[in-house]
Amino acid sequence: MRMLPAVLLALILAGSVQAKEAAPLAEDPVVEQRMVNIAEELRCLVCQNESLASSHADLAQDLRREVRGLIKEGKSDQEVKDFLVSRYGDFVLYRPQVKPTTYLLWGGPFLLLIIGIAVLIRYLRRRDRQFVETPLTDEERKRAEALLKADGS
Amino acid sequence: MNKFLLPLGIFIALVGLLAVGLNLNPREVPSPLVGKPAPNFSVPQLDAPDKNFSPKEMLGKVWLFNVWASWCISCREEHPVLVEYAKAGKLPPTVGLDYKDKRDDGQRWIARLGDPYLLSAFDADGRVGIDYGVYGVPETYLIDKAGIIRFKQIGPITPDVMDKKILPLVQELNK
Repeated sequence: MRMLPAVLLALILAGSVQAKEAAPLAEDPVVEQRMVNIAEELRCLVCQNESLASSHADLAQDLRREVRGLIKEGKSDQEVKDFLVSRYGDFVLYRPQVKPTTYLLWGGPFLLLIIGIAVLIRYLRRRDRQFVETPLTDEERKRAEALLKADGS
Repeated sequence: MNKFLLPLGIFIALVGLLAVGLNLNPREVPSPLVGKPAPNFSVPQLDAPDKNFSPKEMLGKVWLFNVWASWCISCREEHPVLVEYAKAGKLPPTVGLDYKDKRDDGQRWIARLGDPYLLSAFDADGRVGIDYGVYGVPETYLIDKAGIIRFKQIGPITPDVMDKKILPLVQELNK
């Protein structure tokens, strides 16, 4: 029972913390929407499998604030992304740019597809060659004709 | 014989690839700032809120810029190493950046654990951190005489990193 005041206090504090986090959302819906669109394309560096838009990491909140600021300054989406890439590197982009270091990344799947098709064609051709047509002997031909006649009547 | 050689070869190549992949640390994101000028800023000092620090003051020196915080757990591992090197007189000139901290907490940390720094700058809202691409404290930048970032250590500096990477590079840059 002695814990009760502490628990109540914790609950009250937890409530107030949540209320504080929600505040910036309402500020400017247009800026907010653009910020979310950009942030969804960017990786949070603290929890690397989350986008900057969905991450609750402290750094992600700071970076969202920074992105909002840049949008309000009138920067284009590309300029905002460049701002982050110049600081954190290409790693923050979920959609990496096409350039010499990423050719393999972009071309790799197609390369594998081409290799797969080549292997498949080679395999099918080789299998074809295994079925060499051997002409029927006279005896076999007679048996076949007999069978066909018996079936036809 | 040939029939087994190809799958075996592919298997070994795959194992090699995965072995390399597993040994990379995904938290170590190469910084695009290495080789570029250290971003300029001017923020108050930790111990003297009325005095500012700017990296321009360090031009002409090879120095370390060490980002730390009192709430940072890995910094507890790193700080004694810095203090030890400072006591031995082997630490290059080092400026701290107390990142997203409370001034009291930062000052208390220095008072209790020792001060290896020339001074610590105080980055209350983390703006300087963003300019330097900080995403996990501690991080340390080695900056040359011309103000170019030469090396970035992500995570705590260990004696190993100090002896094998930082100090040789400092010596080379000081020539």
